Parts: sequence; structure tokens; C-alpha cells
Amino acid sequence: MAQATVESAQLETSVGPSVRSVRGAGLLSQLTRSASGFAGLIIVVIIVAVSLVAPLVVTAPPSNVQLIWQAPSSAHLLGTNGSGQDILKLILRGGRTVIFVGFGAALLTTAIAVVVGSLAAYFRGRFDAIMLQITDIVMTIPQIVLLAVMGAFFELNSPFALAALIGVLSWPILMRSVRAQVLSLKEREFVEAARLLDLGTLRIVFVEIVPNMASFIMINFIIAITNAIYALVGMYVLGLAPMSGNNWGIMINDAWISGAMFNPNAMSYIFSPVAMIIILQLGLVMLSRSLEEILNPRLRDR
Amino acid sequence: MRKIWRSYVLRRILRAIFVIWVVATAVFFLVRLLPGNPVTSYINQQVTQYGATYADAQKSAAAYFSFDPGTPLAQQYFEYLWGLCRLDLGMSIGNRGMPVATLIAQYLPWTLFSVGIGIGIAIVIGLGLGMVMAYRRGGVIDHSVTAIGSFLHAIPNYLLAIIIVVIGGAWLGLFDIASMRGTASPGVTFSTYGLAWVSDIFYHASLPILTYTLTTVGTWALVMKSSTTQILGEDYVTVARARGLSDLRIRTNYVGRNAILPLVAQIATTAGFVVGGAIFVEQTFKYDGIGTLLYKSLGSRDYTVLEGILLVLTATVVFANLIADLVYSVLDPRIRTGEGED
Repeated sequence: MAQATVESAQLETSVGPSVRSVRGAGLLSQLTRSASGFAGLIIVVIIVAVSLVAPLVVTAPPSNVQLIWQAPSSAHLLGTNGSGQDILKLILRGGRTVIFVGFGAALLTTAIAVVVGSLAAYFRGRFDAIMLQITDIVMTIPQIVLLAVMGAFFELNSPFALAALIGVLSWPILMRSVRAQVLSLKEREFVEAARLLDLGTLRIVFVEIVPNMASFIMINFIIAITNAIYALVGMYVLGLAPMSGNNWGIMINDAWISGAMFNPNAMSYIFSPVAMIIILQLGLVMLSRSLEEILNPRLRDR
Repeated sequence: MRKIWRSYVLRRILRAIFVIWVVATAVFFLVRLLPGNPVTSYINQQVTQYGATYADAQKSAAAYFSFDPGTPLAQQYFEYLWGLCRLDLGMSIGNRGMPVATLIAQYLPWTLFSVGIGIGIAIVIGLGLGMVMAYRRGGVIDHSVTAIGSFLHAIPNYLLAIIIVVIGGAWLGLFDIASMRGTASPGVTFSTYGLAWVSDIFYHASLPILTYTLTTVGTWALVMKSSTTQILGEDYVTVARARGLSDLRIRTNYVGRNAILPLVAQIATTAGFVVGGAIFVEQTFKYDGIGTLLYKSLGSRDYTVLEGILLVLTATVVFANLIADLVYSVLDPRIRTGEGED
């Protein structure tokens, strides 16, 4: 896992005419042409859909002392855990929090980064300087450490609080790339025209300039999701986030603590959630990589 | 005077100091503003666990935290900053009588050692692979490294660590997880064992290093590939070919050098990220680096140590960035003459 900057640094050099030519529906149709991008999209859509629907359909598996650490069988396709709960049901129900917090945090990160980044680039001057200084400072503090310490100080009992904390801590990197994009976009003729028409600052920035970065923002939104999931699941695995309810992160933590690694029957309890998170992250990475290639033809194989 | 002020190096160093000062200030106010104030919890702990009287506990807390509610805040702040200048980060709450600076000095070097070597190996292999991929676009190496690199990039490092322990350690028995705990075998020190100690610390660090290398190498290869591909399209490479320069010379002096240049700054960013991720990885392998210290301190609510770690790690990243920027300015003189940020 590397940081978002690795990808966005490549993008910065590539703000060309292609940015505007590929948008919305066109982007999707191009995506279906790339095998790995399309596979990524399918993976993400399936996992998200199942995780959202499953908690409504699948009932919470009851604990059963008679069925502790059962190996996979026809009755329990993935076996049972140390409390005798069906692992398959836990997996189906366990994606919701992870996906909710991942998407929520990414949404917050992207929103703050786009608003602050585009305004800073548009106004320049003191606001820009202060914002750059803030990003400079926040970017140097190791995010995960800050997150862990903040998480310990404030007891984060709701997924909303977790999403808000992760979102608030991770916007500065993206803000820098958005700022760089707007700096180049604001020199274009259509912005000049809008300024002459006196359309108002907010309208020029958010209606005229920002939509031109739609696909760029989308890619970085996806990257932000992977970063948020990385941080969130890490907090769960280490037991730094509240251990109430069931989700993939809590399952890994539970399996690890109960010594699942030395129990052959417990393998599916530890590997099922690990596999789900890796597949989800892989889908997101494949999706963002393909979108990037569509955006930046230089990355495409000639 | 003006010339000195304009100096890139000086401005860069002042900026680094400024960032550390801001973070130190934030940490100072964090202790005083956050819920579950460490001083209050320390006093309560003294009263309930050690049966001290409230007044005694308060007095000992004041000595402990150099935090006497009687002194004005400004004075406390300057005393705190003066302490930092002398590398005095206060005392640990969890380990009685242990200065935070000493604790961090015990744990941090192991993280820097394992992370540094892990990133080093990843960069060397990654940059090499990236160049090969760029020269042979669409070939077998390109496709397989892209696929494997994307896969490894997608696996969070702590999950890879778990997979290594479960499959390699418990299942296949490739290595003895139990004997690899900690940073060195009990009783093995440099003064008595010499070279045997060196091989012992590499043995204990091998799994964290493997994890850091595997999770970052694919990213480096892909970034290097795109950087090299871009350079290959430049006019001066075509000119160099037309001049009939040897292939080796073109690849090292013209392409390699210019392709690596933009990545220097990224090394520092990656370092910061991996050091942060070390909390997860070290906990999984029971490696006694700063991540383990952080985890222990979170468990025991050792606020002074937590703040010390936050401050020291930030300072580490600031210095890594500073060095990367200075190296960059030596490699690419345009940076020094360029005014401002963009």
C-alpha cells in the first residue's frame, strides 16, 4: 500500500485535452473496453451490493456451544467460529461497516480537498499560503499514528465518528493535487470568459472549473476509499476501534486473539475476512488504475 | 543578508523547524484540552492503586508532568519547549521513572532499521524492474509485474503480515515464529557476540523487512515504468541515439538518471507512510519497534509516551523530507533557483 500521492503525481503532468474529452458516460464505456478495469468494477459492485443487502436478508448467526470451530461442511460452507457462529453469514453481514466508513471517509476527504484546493488555487494569496502550510504540517505527521492516538483519546463509538475522523485527517494530500489542477485550469479561456461575464466566484469555481476535473476527482475518490479502508481495518485488527458488532476487521481481530492460526479448523475464520478485504481493495485498485490509463494515454501500452 | 534569506537550503531548513514547532505546540495543548486528561487519570490511578492521599497524588503529578496548575500557561509552555530543546520529553506514566526520550530511543532505531532496509530493497528491485518494463512494454515481464504489483499494492501490509505468519509460520513451518519475536535473541548483544549479533538482528527483522519490501516493490516498479516511458519519448533521448551513443550510456546517463529524479521526493513520503504502517506490522510479528511501543502505550493510556512518539515520528518524517529535498536540489539545480512553491 502506498499513498495517494503516488498516483496523483502521475496525473498532475497529464492535464491535457483528454481531461475534458473523457467524462461521465464516455468514461464508463471506455472502462468496459479494459479487461482489468471492468473486472475491478464488477468486483466492487458485487461486494458493495451484497454487503448492503445481506444484513437485511441474512439473520445474525446465533452462538452455539455445540458447534465451536467446525470445519467447513454442507451445513456451514465456511465452518464456524469460536462461538459456534456460521462464518459465511458473518462474512455476508460483515462488509457493511467497512464499506460505509470507507465510502463516507473518502467522500468527506474528497469534498474538503476539492473545496479547499480549488478555492486556494483560485484566490491564491494569503488563503492559499495558509492552506499550503496546513497541508505541509498535516502531511508530515504519520496519519496512522495520529489516527490511532486520536482514536484512543476520543472513544469512537459510531461508524459516523470513525468516518469523520479518517476523512478529516486525510484530505491534505488530495488537496494539493486538486490545487495543481485548478492552477492550470484557471488559465483557460472559458474561465476568463466567465470572469468577464461576472458570473460570481463560487459559480466560476464550482460550476465552470470543478466539473472539468470530474474524472480526476473520481479516481482520487476511489484511491481515498482504499486508503480509508486500509486505516479502518488496521484499527479494527489492532483492536483500536470499538469492538462492538461484527465486521471483517473485528473478525480478523477475534480470530487472531483466539489463536486461530494454530487451529486448522479456524483457518476459514481468519482467511475469509482477509480475502474479502484484499479482493475489495484489489477491485478498487484495478478500477482506479484503468481510469487513470483512460485519462492519461501516456500510461497506456503502445 | 538578502542573499542568505533567498538561499533555498536555509528556507527549507527554517520551514522544517517551523513544522516541528507547530506539531510540538499542538501536542502541548492536546494534553491539556483532550478528554480524559492524563494528569487527572494519573492522580486517580495513584489514589486508587497505590493508596496515596489526594494531595500527595496531586503533588507527585505536578512533579511528574512538570505541570503545576499554579504556574501560568505561558511559563509552562516555554518550559516545555526548553525541555524539547534538551530532548526532554517528560516521564512515562506507564513505566515509572522512565523518561519518554529513553523509551523512544530504545524502540525507534529498530523501526528505522527494518523500515529503512525494507524500503531500500524495494526501491532497488522496483526501479530495476520498472526500467525493464518500460523498455519491453507489452512483454511477459511487463504484464506479470503489473499484475503481481497491483495485487501486492492492494494487500494492506498488516494483512500480508498475518498471511505470512499463518501460512509460512503455522502451516508450512517455514520459519519459527516464536524464536523470531523481539529484535534480538535473549542475551545476544553486540558487545559479547559481535558479528553473530548482526546476523541475529537480521534474522529477527527478516519478516518485517519482507513485508515492507513486498508491499511497496510493485508500486515502485509501476511508478518507475511510467516515469521511464515518459523519458523515452523525450527529444534528447532520440538525439542521443542519433549521435550513436552506446545503449548502456543512454540507459544510465540519459534515461535512468532523469527517470529517477522525480521519484526522490516520493521516497520520503513513502518512508513516512511505512513508518506509520509499522504499528500494524510490528504488532503482528511481535517486533519491538516504535509501533509496538505505541501499541503498548495506547493500551496503558500512557499519554506522555504517545505524544512523544507522535512528535518524534513527525520529526523523523520532517528530516526525511528535508534530506530528500536537499538531495533533490543537488540533483536538479532548477529547484534552487525556482521561486515560490509551484
